[in-house]
Amino acid sequence: MDTQPLILTFKLAGITSVLLLVIALPIAYWLVFGKFKGRGVVEALIGMPLVLPPSVIGFYLLLAFSPSHWFGAFIEEWMGLRLVFSFQGLVIASVLYSLPFMIYPIRAGLQALPPSLREASYTLGKSEWQTFTQVLLPNCKPAVLTAFVLTFAHTVGEFGVVLMIGGNIPGVTKVASVAIYNEVEALNYPAANAYAMVLFAITFIILLVVYSINNRLLRVRQPA
Amino acid sequence: MSDNLLDVHIRHTLHTAHGVLPMEVDFALARGQIMALTGPSGAGKTTLLRLIAGLIHPKTGRISFQNDRWLDSRTRLHIPAQDRHIGFVFQDYALFPHLTVRKNLLFALAKNQSPAVVDELLEATGLAQLADRKPAQLSGGQQQRVALARALVRKPELLLMDEPFAALDPEMRYQLQDLLLQLHRQQAFSVILVTHDMGEIFRLADRVAMMEKGKLTHFGTPSEVYLNEQTATDGLVIYGEVLTCEHHEDTLAATAWIDGKIRRLSLPLHYENQLRPGVTFTLHYAGGNADLRIIET
Repeated sequence: MDTQPLILTFKLAGITSVLLLVIALPIAYWLVFGKFKGRGVVEALIGMPLVLPPSVIGFYLLLAFSPSHWFGAFIEEWMGLRLVFSFQGLVIASVLYSLPFMIYPIRAGLQALPPSLREASYTLGKSEWQTFTQVLLPNCKPAVLTAFVLTFAHTVGEFGVVLMIGGNIPGVTKVASVAIYNEVEALNYPAANAYAMVLFAITFIILLVVYSINNRLLRVRQPA
Repeated sequence: MSDNLLDVHIRHTLHTAHGVLPMEVDFALARGQIMALTGPSGAGKTTLLRLIAGLIHPKTGRISFQNDRWLDSRTRLHIPAQDRHIGFVFQDYALFPHLTVRKNLLFALAKNQSPAVVDELLEATGLAQLADRKPAQLSGGQQQRVALARALVRKPELLLMDEPFAALDPEMRYQLQDLLLQLHRQQAFSVILVTHDMGEIFRLADRVAMMEKGKLTHFGTPSEVYLNEQTATDGLVIYGEVLTCEHHEDTLAATAWIDGKIRRLSLPLHYENQLRPGVTFTLHYAGGNADLRIIET
């Protein structure tokens, strides 16, 4: 079995999850505590990848990333990056595609905290930033962990978007889900099975570990 | 410079269960005083407390604290809660669940403030033994102590408390009221305290502000407000509950629950009809005369 697609899959999922965590924390905070109109529009946009077929997102990203489109041309000119059929393009597509999986659990976690925690921190002289990092985040650890793992698992399971904008370049864009598809197309069922088993086992173990940790974290917060 | 510590003039809109009400509040609090804020639920007491703390913005108004302006809607001045240097004790205590008792207090330290104050407060509130516990491992009364101690770490000159003792049993409530009075004597902060407890008002408060439908309807000392007359401030006011009352030759011999103890009182006969067991009263001594009033409850 060629391990390259598996390594690529987990590399893509890891990078995507870390990037999304950084992006999602301020967005989730803003959605919960921000004062602005049009929150509904932003929330609907973030949720789109949940309901749209991946091919729709893949199709529009393919158009936008192509060097003939202003966005693709801009990226290519200023950063020297071509996003179609490249690993960087896959990362950007995965970030957009998994956005709700990171933002929604974190938003729910922040919303579930009693408002008095935040206000208590303010009356103790702490800034919004100090309050967020030292009070709010530590108290929604389970939500953040869940969000991270859901995003990771969802990116591992990505197929349609990858196929649309990444194609099938070994070592660059050929991730495990695409490799499985190729092997099945070639009637090479044992190879497809090997990839599938590895994905199945690893994702199961990750989810198992996370839910065990979460249960423990939640138990600690309950009175004895 | 005025003698007042806090000067509040606020116009706001209250959204209550009974609809939208205009809120109009003007009052001043002198340094070192404890003011009880009371009235029916939905009257705007908690809103007023949060407005003073800077957690919400009023429609219009002015708040000044000593020589500082905290709020002036005409000049769009709004000093954020962080810079008002107050202590706030929340109804649900708002202890940080992920931090131990000690760390809850350490969190409150201002920049460059010595952590010694944390140990002093842990000692003063009887929490030293519990310092390494998480809030979830404490009883209600212990959590309340932590909330009070944490609010005092920055040595605020104004302490705002939203029904702080309401969830506690009477004995614990007495203990914590005593603790508050003791800390108040030592540190000389002023207090605004939302409460429904008549005993608490008479035990703790120098001033009572009674609020109804967004407006202050009464303001004064507890006896002024509840006895509905001006009384000498050098008198002695006793608040109690009648337990028994017997007719002796020319006096009434009553026993009453006063300040956590059973006491015997000798009173003029004409109170006989009023002093039934369970009735609460104030007994006001001024200039050698005892004046007894029955509080409507």
